[in-house]
Amino acid sequence: MTAEPTPTPAPDGAVADAQGDVLQVEHISKRFGVVRALHDVNLHLGRGEVLGLLGDNGAGKSTLIKIICGFQPASAGKIILEGQEVTFRSVDQARAAGIDCVYQDLALINELTVYHNMFLNRERTRWTLLSNRSMRRTAKEQLDRIGVNIPSVDAEVAKLSGGQRQAIAVARAVTSNAKVLLLDEPLAAMGAKEGAMILELVKDLKKQGQVSIIMIMHNYGQALEVCDRINLLQHGEITFDKMVKDTSVQELNDIVIEEYRRALQERQQAEAG
Amino acid sequence: MSEITERTPQDVSPAAGPPGRAPSPVGAALGVLTRQREATVFIVAVVLLLYFGIRYNSTFVSQTNLANLLSETAAPIIVIAIGEVFLLICGEIDLSAGFVFTFAPFLMHYLIDFYGWPVWPAIIVSLLFGVVVGWFNGFLTVTMGLPSFITTLGTGFILLGLTLTTSHAYPANIPAATVGIGRWLGAAPWSQFIIAVILTAVFYVVLNRTKWGLYTVATGGNALGAREAGIRTGRIKYGNFMLTSTLGALVGLQTAWYTNTIDPSAGGYQPMFYAVTAAVIGGTAMLGGQGTIVGAFLGGIVLATLINGLNVAGISANPLDIVFGAAILLSMIANVRLARLRAAGRN
Repeated sequence: MTAEPTPTPAPDGAVADAQGDVLQVEHISKRFGVVRALHDVNLHLGRGEVLGLLGDNGAGKSTLIKIICGFQPASAGKIILEGQEVTFRSVDQARAAGIDCVYQDLALINELTVYHNMFLNRERTRWTLLSNRSMRRTAKEQLDRIGVNIPSVDAEVAKLSGGQRQAIAVARAVTSNAKVLLLDEPLAAMGAKEGAMILELVKDLKKQGQVSIIMIMHNYGQALEVCDRINLLQHGEITFDKMVKDTSVQELNDIVIEEYRRALQERQQAEAG
Repeated sequence: MSEITERTPQDVSPAAGPPGRAPSPVGAALGVLTRQREATVFIVAVVLLLYFGIRYNSTFVSQTNLANLLSETAAPIIVIAIGEVFLLICGEIDLSAGFVFTFAPFLMHYLIDFYGWPVWPAIIVSLLFGVVVGWFNGFLTVTMGLPSFITTLGTGFILLGLTLTTSHAYPANIPAATVGIGRWLGAAPWSQFIIAVILTAVFYVVLNRTKWGLYTVATGGNALGAREAGIRTGRIKYGNFMLTSTLGALVGLQTAWYTNTIDPSAGGYQPMFYAVTAAVIGGTAMLGGQGTIVGAFLGGIVLATLINGLNVAGISANPLDIVFGAAILLSMIANVRLARLRAAGRN
């Protein structure tokens, strides 16, 4: 790998201010055996920006997120965080560098309390014993501050609703002082009311401007509402990069409909041949 | 569990029934039963001890018999059960612990009597042998991906074969030089039980108040989630295998000192299965993510009381296994039911 810090030219003419980028992902590829999950993915994230990552199921969104957060290594390519090339061998390393992730499955432990989940793998200890009291108090404060409503921080996470669980997972990532926050479908499997709570949370974070966010989403309306910029991942490649003000639900829909049309055509041709 | 005892009254949801607001004594009792998974086995232990204590007063309550019950019978079950609880919580099991039990005292005997080792290094290496077996169980299970049931079935057989081959299936005498230390560690009437109590206390704290305990629960509760949070679940499993085998080795040495002989037929499957039984009737589900050390301790007391009590009562030991089998099934049913009640009660 070369250490050349050239900013990636955006494929679709979006504004790319290399100086303001907190994160750059360059030429990332990922193979699982013969399956090509990601191919030469270039992506950048401005400071304080909320980037919406859209794409079909299986397009490679979650794989990309898991590479950035250190859960799995890339086959090729590099990640540049605040101008420095970084290689993460574990989630811990990425977290220490300031990248935190909310996974699609939330990575919550049902059997543990809310506050133990909030502090999972970041526990406070004293003489190797857990400082439960201190973690409880802080967890409560943090949840109150970001306006998450749960019955008690002592409740086992298993007892919470889907939205509450999502909120705990987001709160956990938000309160870790991350510079870059990766949210993998935070609105999946969520009612309108709970989804709105999460969107509000993201908007608040955006307003505070401390953290830059990449968010995997499916709902274009919500994406355009909360994001600054949209990237589209198709078949393991970024094919679209526009500021929200320069695009519309209509345009995004058209692209996806086009993709469906092409897939259908290919299938018909395959069947005919 | 610690979270429950630490809970301050104002945080308890009304459904959980805070003290002073309990609807009735029955309701309060039910509340305790559903919240404290150790409560059932505690009551059973007390009832059994009272029954045998009152019915067979002079023989059962004698100091010799109680030392027998608690040190010789209960302590080995309890100590191995501590390891098994950690393994069951993180989703594994160790069938080989009883065979480390069998081999460890022979190893000490070989090192001292055949190789002229001093006492302490021989004892320590015999315990470390447990660490090595545990590591190997971890390697096969975590790194090679075998189910731990099969892994430890295999290593258990190998250890048994190793014991029988090297000892020619004959018992050996306790190395004379270890008798003094052996009194402290196992031979004196109460030492095994006292050590079992200390280990229970220590590992209660490890499970409930340290990162290791928390990560053990996380590993068994949601392995992928734990890994995503950066927890090295493989390392946790390795560690718990090593813990269990080492406890097996310790109990093997203790039993050899207590019985004053190194017996190739000691240990084996029985203490291990008793230990798993103690864990299960104590409230540790075999589904991963949940378990209790205090419950396993009480489970060990219940089993030992039954074994010893029926002996004192002069009843044939043959039906004992029927009782144990039924106890396992009943407590497992109770676990599953109570877990549902608990889930409903806290919503």
